[in-house]
Amino acid sequence: MNRAQQIGDKILSVEGVSLAFGGVKALQEVSFDVREHEIRAIIGPNGAGKSSMLNVLNGVYHPQQGTIKLRANGAWKEFHDMDSHEAASLGIARTFQNIALFKGMTVLDNVMTGRNLKMRCSFLEQAIWVGRARREELEHRRAVEEVIDFLEIQHIRKTPVGKLPYGLQKRVELARALAAEPTLLLLDEPMSGMNLEEKQDMCRFVLDVNDHYGTTVVLIEHDMGVVMDISDRVVVLDYGRKIGDGTPEEVRANQAVIDAYLGVAH
Amino acid sequence: MLYREAGQFKSTYAEDQQIFPIRQDRVAVALLLAVAFVAVPLFANQYWLSAILIPFLIFSLAALGLNILTGYAGQLSLGTAAFMAVGAFMAYNFVLRMPWLGVIPSFILAGLCAAGVGIVFGLPSLRIKGFYLAVATLACQFFVLWAIQRWGWITNNSPSGVIAAQKVEILGYVFDTPQRKYLLTLSIVAVLALLAKNLMRSETGRAFMAVRDMDVAASVIGIPMMKTKLLAFAISSFYCGVAGALYAYTYLGTVEPEAFTLDLSFRILFMIIIGGVGSILGSFLGAGFIILLPIFLSILFGALSHATGMQIPHSVISNLELIIFGGLIIFFLIVEPHGLARQWQIAKEKLRLWPFPH
Ligand SMILES: Nc1ncnc2c1ncn2[C@@H]1O[C@H](COP(=O)(O)OP(=O)(O)OP(=O)(O)O)[C@@H](O)[C@H]1O
Ligand SMILES: [Mg+2]
Repeated sequence: MNRAQQIGDKILSVEGVSLAFGGVKALQEVSFDVREHEIRAIIGPNGAGKSSMLNVLNGVYHPQQGTIKLRANGAWKEFHDMDSHEAASLGIARTFQNIALFKGMTVLDNVMTGRNLKMRCSFLEQAIWVGRARREELEHRRAVEEVIDFLEIQHIRKTPVGKLPYGLQKRVELARALAAEPTLLLLDEPMSGMNLEEKQDMCRFVLDVNDHYGTTVVLIEHDMGVVMDISDRVVVLDYGRKIGDGTPEEVRANQAVIDAYLGVAH
Repeated sequence: MLYREAGQFKSTYAEDQQIFPIRQDRVAVALLLAVAFVAVPLFANQYWLSAILIPFLIFSLAALGLNILTGYAGQLSLGTAAFMAVGAFMAYNFVLRMPWLGVIPSFILAGLCAAGVGIVFGLPSLRIKGFYLAVATLACQFFVLWAIQRWGWITNNSPSGVIAAQKVEILGYVFDTPQRKYLLTLSIVAVLALLAKNLMRSETGRAFMAVRDMDVAASVIGIPMMKTKLLAFAISSFYCGVAGALYAYTYLGTVEPEAFTLDLSFRILFMIIIGGVGSILGSFLGAGFIILLPIFLSILFGALSHATGMQIPHSVISNLELIIFGGLIIFFLIVEPHGLARQWQIAKEKLRLWPFPH
């Protein structure tokens, strides 16, 4: 692959993370790392703990054990459990497996919310509007329009997201995440439920984001073809445990992974 | 002039981001303001001013306050009347005890007191939602009315808890006639509505709606949950508090705590349901509708009994009123949860395409 951004050093390191819901062990001592500018896939059968892993990474779930180390602005930070707000301010953005857009708002407003952490005006200034608040609003509108152009959703800017077809909603959710200019982008099955053409578009967007903005991507995907095509390295989870980790070729040749996918009894 | 945006090309985001991006809307708003500020005080009679228009404006403001909290931020509240009561009684105290402040600053301070109470009773919203939150805000209703009766200084030790609003004087100008009271109310409501509109189309408004629509996603993109919810309670209660102060000073004159019962909270909730949840315009439409409905019905029944020669007893009329009212609420909840404001939106969209619907 010929890329503008060379894969760099570690940017995220997950060490011995365990998460349980009552008796259900969603994650058991999972460790892996993510390098700067790479596309890292997480795969595994249903219920393997993939979404739970992303939820731990940005503070939606709080693991019972383990640490998460993140390099942001040149310095390493260590967390036992993340806080969503802090994760966002450290440059982590994400999309959800079940689309989590703001249904009552337009596409434009949804994408604008992605920039909330960059807005500085107080609510009083916003109420008065003229002056600083207006300038700020315009400045961010410009940035948002760039993302909208990039993802080719100009024509639906003013449409309430609830009215859009599924595939476009997924794209708007990606736009909202990109609007935050993240350094680490977490995508939970960005291509699920899409037809072939939509999948191809989405693949292109993910690759472009990675290439163009240098964004590091962690992505969950069930479609093996897509995973093999676009990811640099793959983590395989099964029943909450990591059973494989490496390049797509290595993972494909891994016996434990083959067994997990073929449903061999443990 | 046709209602159309054709030919009005927006070449900058600034133009697209105007408060009313379509020219016809701007003209309509300007006309409406001209009528409200000039024609109405000139031509409306005393009855219309003091019995219909002033309460309409005050209820619109209260409905707007509730709409910020419930319609935009998605936090159901039954404490509206309580926040209005705080506004009314605190305004009375500020004017009474610090007369040098002036009336407008007193109203603002009264609104801030209501905002403080709103924040305290909004704290449960950090843990509970929907119906349970509504029940928690009921506590506010009972607490505030209890406090007014319990703590003598709030009513300046008036034995029955009744207070008489002082005369409203701003910079030596006394607002004593219905015309003047109407103009004062209108000015305050217009300014606050403009501020609300600006706020709701900025980051704060988007944060409110994000929390309403999907709170997990909102916190994941960095919207602080606690701050946003409490800010919604504060701003909403501020609006309700100022509405309460106006209710005392430009409408009722003498106020008893019983003016602010749960009934009033429900009335204002119905206004936003009928007018449009999550719409500034809807707050006004809903208030207008609920105030005009009884008048319209009594005219209708008057005409009916005149035409048929049948006398409809008064008690029947007032019961019919309640039945029609209840029916409408159910209708709007089921058929058009976005209320009259949505109907207006749809009408405008049709008009945009008219006369060629395809
Ligand atoms: N909030 C929760 N409460 C209770 N159990 C949960 C919760 N979230 C996940 N689980 C459980 O944790 C396990 C892992 O779930 P997770 O959603 O992470 O799987 P997944 O790999 O994303 O699966 P899929 O491919 O179906 O999306 C499952 O057994 C699931 O039932
Ligand atoms: Mg999942």
